[in-house]
Order: sequence, then structure tokens, then C-alpha cells
Amino acid sequence: MGQVKAGTAVEGRDAEFRSYYGRPVIKPPVWHEPHMPTYLYLGGMSGVSSSIAVMARLTGNPRLARTARLAAAAGASVGAALLAAELGRPERFLNMLRVFKPTSPMSVGSWILAAQSGLSAAAASADLAGLLPAAGGAARLGGRRGAARLRGGLGAALLGGRRSAALLGGGGDTGILGVAEDRGFLGVAGDAALLATALTGPLTATYTAVLIADTAVPAWHEAYRELPFLFAGSAMAAAGAVAMLATPRAQAGPARAVAAVGAVVETAAGTLMERRLGMVGRPYREGRAGRLMGTARMLTAGGGLLAAVAGRSRVLTALSGLALTAGSLCTRFGVLEAGRASAADPAYTIVPQRDRLDAVPGEGLQG
Amino acid sequence: MAERMGFFTDTSVCIGCKACEVACKEWNQLPDDGFVFEATSYDNTGMLGASTWRHVAFIEQSRPVQLPSADDGAEDSVDRWLMASDVCKHCTHAACLDVCPTGALFRTEFDTVVVQSDICNGCGYCVPACPYGVIDRREGDGRAWKCTMCYDRQLGGLEPACAKACPTDSIQFGPLDELRERAEERVARLRADGHEEARLYGESPSDGVGGAGAFFLLLDEPEVYGLPPDPVVTTRDLPAMWRWAGAAALSLAGTVALAFLKDGSLRRGGRHHRWGR
Repeated sequence: MGQVKAGTAVEGRDAEFRSYYGRPVIKPPVWHEPHMPTYLYLGGMSGVSSSIAVMARLTGNPRLARTARLAAAAGASVGAALLAAELGRPERFLNMLRVFKPTSPMSVGSWILAAQSGLSAAAASADLAGLLPAAGGAARLGGRRGAARLRGGLGAALLGGRRSAALLGGGGDTGILGVAEDRGFLGVAGDAALLATALTGPLTATYTAVLIADTAVPAWHEAYRELPFLFAGSAMAAAGAVAMLATPRAQAGPARAVAAVGAVVETAAGTLMERRLGMVGRPYREGRAGRLMGTARMLTAGGGLLAAVAGRSRVLTALSGLALTAGSLCTRFGVLEAGRASAADPAYTIVPQRDRLDAVPGEGLQG
Repeated sequence: MAERMGFFTDTSVCIGCKACEVACKEWNQLPDDGFVFEATSYDNTGMLGASTWRHVAFIEQSRPVQLPSADDGAEDSVDRWLMASDVCKHCTHAACLDVCPTGALFRTEFDTVVVQSDICNGCGYCVPACPYGVIDRREGDGRAWKCTMCYDRQLGGLEPACAKACPTDSIQFGPLDELRERAEERVARLRADGHEEARLYGESPSDGVGGAGAFFLLLDEPEVYGLPPDPVVTTRDLPAMWRWAGAAALSLAGTVALAFLKDGSLRRGGRHHRWGR
């Protein structure tokens, strides 16, 4: 539309609209590929991996818990590194923690991510340290008494009262903290950190939707209802996929379930979003973003269906896990690209605003 | 706090000389933004950006009009040029300021919005947050930049460089309340003279950004000048956004929990798998 004469009516997509030589009104997001969309994927994967690790720990599935702890830590730390590299001044990365600003989803998100990466790293390293015979033994020797003392106090603090601490910690090796006694101080600390990620994990996986919705980009802002569910679904599919790929099939049942439900949620939220947005949602269906979103839809649906039967063979597990991972990545790249396309075409900014003004008589600028 | 200061840009007397662009560049020592030939009009700057804090738009229009001299009622085509110097709006509810995660963007004692370049880490969040597309990240420098309404000059009791340089007083600087009164008078006068299309843009405190600190008198619809017709600060919907995200986070945690509780075989055989070795 570069040749459009200024101030003349342009044959728009749904309506005629006027613009300044077809130039965009708003600035496109400056965030790069692959940094930003890969972070969206890794953050989601890390967050849901934490949820999986907590549940696996509580239900006594150590193999799945270990995979998920490691995935959560790796996702959060690599994701944070990508975000730092994305900055115009990476050496000022710590300025993110200079203030806490509730009006800035990026400020809130920086604190969430700082907590998530710290806690998940602690949970994972405590688990890995337990594998080392020497370190584990030393921790056990040195920490047994401390751990026993900590059991009541930490439990009460973490779980909100003595009764719950007794419920979970008092029954010998049946509860989260009771088991930890056998593993020394390191194990208790790791489990406490893990338990805290039950809060930071789901927040890490969903705050990114608020991050991009809180912009003037029409395809993002107008989608603020569905985006958190799209991202939550995509994150569940991603984390379920990683967990099923890296856990023996016998222990990966819940991971497959999480992946399958995630694929359903991602598909449903994406479809709903595009339908409700109407004209503003076109960038999700057209051009490069449209191709990415379409590919994501196919990979996610296929991977999700396979996840339901992936327990039967290694090949099915691999196919499902890889398809879901690729699907989640395509969704994140597609959403960024749709935002760029939405910002670049003035129609998406001007037409809805003009319609809004014309719908309310007397509210125009003529007043 | 000092009085709220602002710009009133009366585009009806803009002659498109670009003295404001040049004065801004010189005073603020802004780098060039590429020597581009747009080939659409006399505007070769394009739009506001990290190194362009005043931008003069040229709009060439031809429209059918009824000429009083034509006795047979025939229509003729008349050309007109619209020229307008765009600038940061210094919104009452500023999205760039709201979303800045480092506190680099702040509100001054003159109620203007300014980036502290020693704090900005170039996260780029303010760039897509601005409903007017004003602020941008400067390539090579990595930080976000925009009009400061010459904060340094104001501190020294001087008017901003663009207003000082404007030869027709199209750019007027002063206390916002005074400027609003002056603008009302001007638009009434223009309408009385037959310019029914004259209207103010950004002057109303009831608009989507709570009123702009820099507002305009336009002779056509705002989108013709590259301005959004009904801008809204994106953070207005932020509470609702967090509610939807919270619902998604809770659903996510609940779904993962269900996936495990439904895993009956593991629960029955759970003790076997537990950590205690």
C-alpha cells in the first residue's frame, strides 16, 4: 500500500478507510526471532514442567519428577538468557529488578521469571546432587538432624499450618517432607523450592500472554481473553512432550495426559480467538504468520492425538513429543509474526477505531 | 509541582518549512535517520522515531467542490495541501510510561513523559505499547528515545526548540490550560470563517489517553495525518488481562493435577516409586 495517496480513501479489507500514504500508525514490536518466541516456548515449557514435577513428587513418581525438574530449570535459565540477549543494552539486564511495577507486565514478569528460574534451579540441582554418592552421603550425614528439625517448621510455613504439616510430613515416608528426611538437608531444601514452583510455574507459563496483550498491537491487545489459554495450552503440550520424550513410558502416563489436554486447549483457544477477533484476527490467518499458525494447528492436533496412544511404543512417543514441541514453537513464532503484521497494516489500527467513533453519535472529533 | 506544560500545534498555519524538525535535531543532537527519498510527497522523513522527534506530514488532496463562480452548477476539482508537525503526545495516561519495566520512563514536574537514557536497558516494551507509534528503539544505540518537550530547556526557563523555531506560531508552547482555551477560540474562529472541517485532536481529558499534553488543530480526520482516530491507553484493560491470565494459570494447575490423580496405576503403586531408597 506504499503508493496510496495520502488522505484518500483506501479500499480496505472490510471497510474503506483513510490513512497517511498507507503508512502504519503504530510501531511494530522490536523483539527478534528466534529470541523472543523461543523464550515464550521455553517459559511455558518451564512453567508447566514445574507443575508436573510437583505433582510427580507428591504422587510418588520420581523418574518423571526428575525429568520435569531438569526441564523446568533448563527452560527458565535458557529463557532468561535469551531475554537478556534480546535487550538493546544486555549489560543493563539487572535494571529489570530495579523496581516492581504492577502496571508493567514485563516488570511483574521479570520478578516471576527470577523466582521461577532460581527456585527451579535449586530444585533441580538438589535432585542432581542427591545422585552423587559422596555429596548425597555428606548431605545425609550432616543434614539428618537439621532436616528432622526443619520438617515441622518448614512444613508449617510452606503449607500454612501445623495440621497440614502433620498431614503431609508426619506420616513417615509417605509425605513430601517425610521422604525428604531420608535425603538430608539438600533434599528438603530442594523439595521446598520445588513446592514453591507450584505457584511460580503456572504464572511463568501464562504471564507472557498479558505481556504481549498489553500493547497497542490490535491482534494482540484484542485477543487478551484467549491468549492466556492459548499460551497455557501450548505450554502444557510443550512440557508434556519434553517429559514424555525423556521419561520411560511406564512412568510417563501423566505427561502424556498433560500433553494431550494441552493440545486440545491450544487448538480450542486458537480457533476461538481467530473467530472472535474477526477482521482484527486476519494476521493469524494470512501470510507467514498464517502459515506458521496453520502448521502449528496441524502439528499440535496430530501430536495431541498421538499422545493419547503414545504409551504403546517408543516410536509413537517420539512422534508425538516431537510434533507437539514443533507445534508449540510454531505457535509462538506465529503469534509474534501476527503481531508484526497487525502493526504494519494501518487498517487494523484505524478501521476498528473509526467504527467505534462512528458507532457513538456525537462522540466524534467534530464535537 | 509546576504547571502542566504542553504543545498546541495549529496545523492550519503550518507552512511545512520543517524548521521544527531541524531545530529539534540540532538542540537534542539527534543522529540522522537515513537520507531517504520517499517519492510520495515533500515528506521524506516518514514518521516519528527514535531520532525524529518532530515530523512534518504533507498531505496533497484534490476534492470536488462547487465553485461559486460557476453558474451552471458544475463541479470543479480543488487541490489543497495539509501540513502538520507531529510530536509525542505526552499523554495523561501514558502507555509507554505504564509498561516500562525499569522505571527509565518517568513523569516530570511539567507533567511531561521523559526517558532517562542512563536507566533504559532497551527492552523495547514501550515501542509497541504507544498507541501513536511515537517512541522507538535506536539501532546501534539500543535504547528507546522520544521527545522530551525539551526538558533541559524547560528547566532553564526556555521554550522547546521546535516552538522557538516555528516561524508561523503553528507550534505553541505554554501552560496546557491556556493552550486549550486559545485552541477553542481558534477553532471557533476557523469555523465561523467557513472551515467547518476544523477540529481539535487530543485536547479532551475524556479521551482514551486522558487528554494529550501535546494536542492539535486538524483540518481533516486524524487518520489522514497518520494519527489514530480513537487511541486508548493499552493498560486500561490490564486488570481484565490479569484476570484472564489468572484463570488460565489456575486451569493449567488444575489440569496438571487432574492428569496425575487420574493416573490410577501410579497412585496404587505409588509407594513403590517413592524417593526413599
